[in-house]
Amino acid sequence: MKREIPLAITAIFGIFMVAQLFIPHYLVQDISGRLQDWAVVIVAFAYILGVANIIKINSGVICRRGQDWEYKIVMLIALVIMMLSGILLGKDPDDSLPIFDFMYNSMYVPMQSTMFALLAFFIASAAFRAFRARTTEAILLLVTATIVMIGRVSLGEFIWERLPDITEWIMNYPNNAGKRGIKIGASLGAISIGLKVILGIEKSYLGGD
Amino acid sequence: MKNVGRFRSLILFILMTFFLVLPPLYAQEEEGKNFKYEITRDIMKSLNESAEQGDIPENLVVALAPLQGKVFINEQAFRQELVGALGRQLSAQYQSRLVDMSKIRVDWFDMTKITIFIILIAFCGMVLFFSWKAKTDPNQFIRRIPGLDAISEAIGRCTEMGKPVLYVPGIDDMNNIQTIASMVILENVARVIGEYESDLIVPIRPPFVVPVAEEMVKKGYLDAGRPDAFKPENVRFISDEQFAYAAGVNGIMLREKPAANLLLGSFFAESLVIAETGVLAGAIQVAGTANEHQLPFFVAACDYTLIGEEIYAASAYLSKDPELVGSLKGSDWAKVVLSIIMLLGVVLETFGVHFLTEWFFIR
Amino acid sequence: MLEFLKYLDRRIIFIFIFLSTAIPLLFDIGLPIGSTKPVRDVYDHIEKLPPGSKVLVSCDYDPGSMPELFPMNIAVFKHLFDRGMKVYTTELWPAAPPLVENAWRETGGAMGKKYGTDFVNLGFKSGGEVVIVRMGTSIPELYPEDYYGTRISKIPMMEGIRDIQSFDFIMNISAGYPGTREWVQQIVSRYNMDLASGCTAVSAPEYYAYHQSGQILGLLGGMKSAAEYEKLTGIPSENPPIKARAMKGMDAQSMAHLVIVIFIIIGNVVYFLERKEQKDKR
Repeated sequence: MKREIPLAITAIFGIFMVAQLFIPHYLVQDISGRLQDWAVVIVAFAYILGVANIIKINSGVICRRGQDWEYKIVMLIALVIMMLSGILLGKDPDDSLPIFDFMYNSMYVPMQSTMFALLAFFIASAAFRAFRARTTEAILLLVTATIVMIGRVSLGEFIWERLPDITEWIMNYPNNAGKRGIKIGASLGAISIGLKVILGIEKSYLGGD
Repeated sequence: MKNVGRFRSLILFILMTFFLVLPPLYAQEEEGKNFKYEITRDIMKSLNESAEQGDIPENLVVALAPLQGKVFINEQAFRQELVGALGRQLSAQYQSRLVDMSKIRVDWFDMTKITIFIILIAFCGMVLFFSWKAKTDPNQFIRRIPGLDAISEAIGRCTEMGKPVLYVPGIDDMNNIQTIASMVILENVARVIGEYESDLIVPIRPPFVVPVAEEMVKKGYLDAGRPDAFKPENVRFISDEQFAYAAGVNGIMLREKPAANLLLGSFFAESLVIAETGVLAGAIQVAGTANEHQLPFFVAACDYTLIGEEIYAASAYLSKDPELVGSLKGSDWAKVVLSIIMLLGVVLETFGVHFLTEWFFIR
Repeated sequence: MLEFLKYLDRRIIFIFIFLSTAIPLLFDIGLPIGSTKPVRDVYDHIEKLPPGSKVLVSCDYDPGSMPELFPMNIAVFKHLFDRGMKVYTTELWPAAPPLVENAWRETGGAMGKKYGTDFVNLGFKSGGEVVIVRMGTSIPELYPEDYYGTRISKIPMMEGIRDIQSFDFIMNISAGYPGTREWVQQIVSRYNMDLASGCTAVSAPEYYAYHQSGQILGLLGGMKSAAEYEKLTGIPSENPPIKARAMKGMDAQSMAHLVIVIFIIIGNVVYFLERKEQKDKR
């Protein structure tokens, strides 16, 4: 029964949610709305699960003085301060929150932006290593990539005013054709897995018997 | 297995009963409830146009605006609401006109979506037919997927070097099919790792994936006959924030130096940040995602890449279960049919025949 | 030399990338900025909406993608407030609400617009795609309060907002999942709503297909589009004081792209010289 009950729940709700797409009647739409509310509530609880996991794993490391235990203390303190400053101090549309806003704008934003900015460095080194004109296809890829790279920035317009239009054409036709091919294949694969999950053909994700 | 089959039939029976028997019963009991009254966005637009042309007073449209989108299942209540909103402006003639305009039949089937419904039924039918047919012929062919073969090779390398394997299941939640596919691969990976006696680290972004990943790794080790080798602290929730998660994964790569990184699931902008750090750490990398916009980064930075739907084929490929392999065949045939329809569409459009395109056009 | 270039230390590449982005940020180059069709489509659609239209801006991003998407958010807000629209915002990413607050203060707030009558922030709601689906059936049930904890029944501009169809236009600013793809799948295909997207450059190629098929009316892809939109909406402006962040960033991005192209060329020259050397040896 450990497997049958989850399979039954998956099947009933899965088929219902697919069917509600085609049934506009409010009886079905009302039930569907309730189910969506449940989903929103359940997902909100997942954050508690996440915080519990973080506290459990990191406090364990701190207690037994494991590797980098000092950093785990910093992390737990940061977690508590950020959470409490957001929850306890309230919000106002016209005023800013000194502590929360200070931490958000002066610490959180630069750290996140730095991580994203790393992409620029990594793209450059990956392009230098990987972009080699080994075959005809690779040459085509190289030329197209160069046109798009230059055409998608102001420099392209500065060099030749038609370059952005050529870039748009590449994005709209060859790019779209390739993307659609992969997208159609991947979407059919996703529907197929979804169907197998709903009907219980694919059940290994449920774990042990 | 038989139990599951019986369960499936029972569930289908209950659902069919719900959708086929309940509607007519409900319709009989609640006569007149098959209509709703709603001033939709389109109605407001046409009223606005009429007001601009001077057919109806402009303040009538303004007074009606708060009612837009509100659904009434009773004509009386709707009329009362109209009188309440419009007061003296509302003559009997306007009232009847508005009621007629807003009266919408509530059907048990949305005919505008018939195209999607037919395609969905046909596709599901094909998948189920081929997976049923495969039961009678267990020797189903499935083409080689080098990326999946490379996983064992990568795990072997880790064992030789005495280093752990890092498995990154993407950054999406369990409602993404790619994450489900990734969990299935994780179980197989955990089994092989259990056999090779290596360590497996699984960093996770969405909290909901944590218990599923724990269960998968536990089952993999159990299947390999080494349940004691499962370390719960190796399935780690890092952060729900995309780049905090990427930073956490990079930290693991640089501190714990895994010899193999398996990046399988749904990835976004963090893909290259993670994959390039893997290159820097000198690990062998196998990646796979159906998010086509991230594929170029994986192709550039990883040793093997599973492209698009290959990640969905992994479960069938690794388990060789005929039913699963058969379902792959079903979706491949559906792709063939779709390709033929697309080609036909191109030819017909070229010659100015539009019926096929129009049939598929939903908007 | 060939050996040096072949095994070029990645840190040298990093230094060049750093300099190519830092120098243009310090000194103005002022490269030209035009406007492409997907960007003009967004602009023209907002121009056509009558003043007072209800526009939902779903800001689904976080500080990670802020350099690309925040200037877009500012430019879109400025355009909407300039045109006298009622702006409603929702966020599906947990770290997004403070960014939206900052954007509101810099645009609507500085333009003298009032919270509650011209702008409302409904805040973050967990659940991703499910939240989008639920907006299709009921917004008051999904968002009983706004971001600041005020009951929506007490917010004047929430009157008449029943579900997603109460809006005249939706603008989605998206950094990934949940984002534009989910808005198209769950809202455009179900309710035939008018949607436009602003997204990071890396995900823009994916959404070109939606723009071509008409499922999204316009597309702002990355910092280049943000710069184009800034120009169209009169940014930089003095009243309210708004800086042209994306235009400034474009100079830096242009130089960085140029450096990457130069390195690709160097890599290929080295590759061909090496191949020639191997052939000669044989």
